[in-house]
Amino acid sequence: MPTRLTQDEVRHVAALARVAMTDDEVELMRSQLSNILEHVSVLNQVDTEGVEPTGHSVDVTSVMRDDEVADSARLEDVLANAPSRHDDFIRVKAVLE
Amino acid sequence: MPPADRLTGLTIREARELLDSREVSSVELAQAHLERIAAVDDRVSAFVTVTGDLALEQAARADERIAAGDAGPLTGIPMQLKDNMSTRGVATTCSSRMLEGFVPPFDATVTRQLYDAGAVLLGKGNLDEFAMGSSTENSALFPTRNPWDTDRVPGGSSGGPSAAVAASECVFSLGSDTGGSIRQPAALCGVVGMKPTYGAVSRYGLIAFASSLDQIGPITRDVTDCAMVLNAIAGHDPRDSTSIDFQPPDYTQALTGGLNGVCLGVPKEYFAAGIEPGVEDSVREAIGVLEGLGASIEETSLPHTGYALAVYYILAPSEASANLARYDGVKYGYSAQDAETMWDALEQTRQHGFGPEVKRRIMLGTYALSAGYYDAYYLKAQRVRTIIRREFMDVFERFDALVMPTSPSVAFKLGEKTQDPVQMYLNDILTMPANIAGIPAISVPCGLSDGLPVGLQIMGKPMGEQTILRIAHNYEQASPWQHEEGPEL
Repeated sequence: MPTRLTQDEVRHVAALARVAMTDDEVELMRSQLSNILEHVSVLNQVDTEGVEPTGHSVDVTSVMRDDEVADSARLEDVLANAPSRHDDFIRVKAVLE
Repeated sequence: MPPADRLTGLTIREARELLDSREVSSVELAQAHLERIAAVDDRVSAFVTVTGDLALEQAARADERIAAGDAGPLTGIPMQLKDNMSTRGVATTCSSRMLEGFVPPFDATVTRQLYDAGAVLLGKGNLDEFAMGSSTENSALFPTRNPWDTDRVPGGSSGGPSAAVAASECVFSLGSDTGGSIRQPAALCGVVGMKPTYGAVSRYGLIAFASSLDQIGPITRDVTDCAMVLNAIAGHDPRDSTSIDFQPPDYTQALTGGLNGVCLGVPKEYFAAGIEPGVEDSVREAIGVLEGLGASIEETSLPHTGYALAVYYILAPSEASANLARYDGVKYGYSAQDAETMWDALEQTRQHGFGPEVKRRIMLGTYALSAGYYDAYYLKAQRVRTIIRREFMDVFERFDALVMPTSPSVAFKLGEKTQDPVQMYLNDILTMPANIAGIPAISVPCGLSDGLPVGLQIMGKPMGEQTILRIAHNYEQASPWQHEEGPEL
């Protein structure tokens, strides 16, 4: 478990998370995340050999429901939340440059 | 009709009596609470949105139900909901800029259940942005203040709901608890807060933070009210695939009966360094009261407790980073408009729409899940989660419940812990284990330290809500300070 991050690593993770960051934000994030990672590195002390991971505290299996027709959200209610719309569509910026 | 100031600060039962005897109408009760909010909320800031018109409309319908003899226990009772629970037609902000202007087109299951029960929505409660925090200072809107001392935080993330109940601005509220977000603020505000067993209450319409840990629960003035609200919201929901398929009991029936034969464990790790002496004294005294009521008390040990914080700060941010990937500025909420391309718009929306703590957790989670680190962090944390859960299950072979403090400290000053994220995280060190193990836990007021409330925490077996409610209720009835006046505002 590495605990000290570099600025380049922070920039890489920010790109994965799709969050733009200023240089100051990158440095602050680098220092704070490194500090948090140092705290979580105590997990290295725990012997987990042969221990199965727990994803959920209750056993979750795929749940099926009956395929019944029911009301869903109204188109107008949903589109009313769109930051930018064109008729019954949501408008986005250019995807291809 | 009693004067308006006598219509707030009531328990559900007290309000129920006034409504059923027709001494007061639901509309009058709602009006009295709206007046109380108008009078004190500029000092408490517990509400993000006040839904005055809706409240009066719902109250009028509640009065019709009461007149028709069709009233249930919550019909006509004024409530608040934490603002991460969807309310159709009512803005739901998560106290984030990211959800600016968002009006949900649907109700959360808990919202629907409480509306059907006839409860009256006064408004939405402030929280740490996306429920990430322990002081409500991470709200992107404004911080909430503790009614016991407005220079201090109410705890978090359900700081708005806890402060609203403590300040008599509503009769009850709902919180959500991912690592302590119901119990810790309830403790710091001197009210009752319960995190039910994972899966006992539907999460449909709860804006997701960490899906394997999030759970909705009641924040109330006392334990009986907690059981009454739990009655309305517990049970299976086909819309939440992780909700447990069970027939909920009448939780108020669990409150009867004493503590003879009840075995309580006191895990020594929860009294380790870092607990304020005043908190420890109050909690030890409360444990003495439980012993006096017939419970047998024995020290026990959960050796991996100290690792819960680290497990939590891998798992919760990892799940959050996936859940919060949906905020793209396209479908709803805040959207950066100056960008040229869709990708720039996405990155700028997330840069400006999320606050610092939310970004920190998204980054931490993204890192922990990224190529090369997944096994070392995420999988490792999930394995330690197994050990922590197993330890609880072993201890519950011998004990009916565990008792310990809810929070290591009483309410702290605004700004005191905002500089160092890890200091803030330590507030939840005693509550997180219950989320990791998926077990129910309740915080009940157990006295004051330096004039500020302390919470006694009781953790139970999976689906052991009835047991911890009974223990909490027995304590509450026996503890003299519970009947004293609340905070003066």
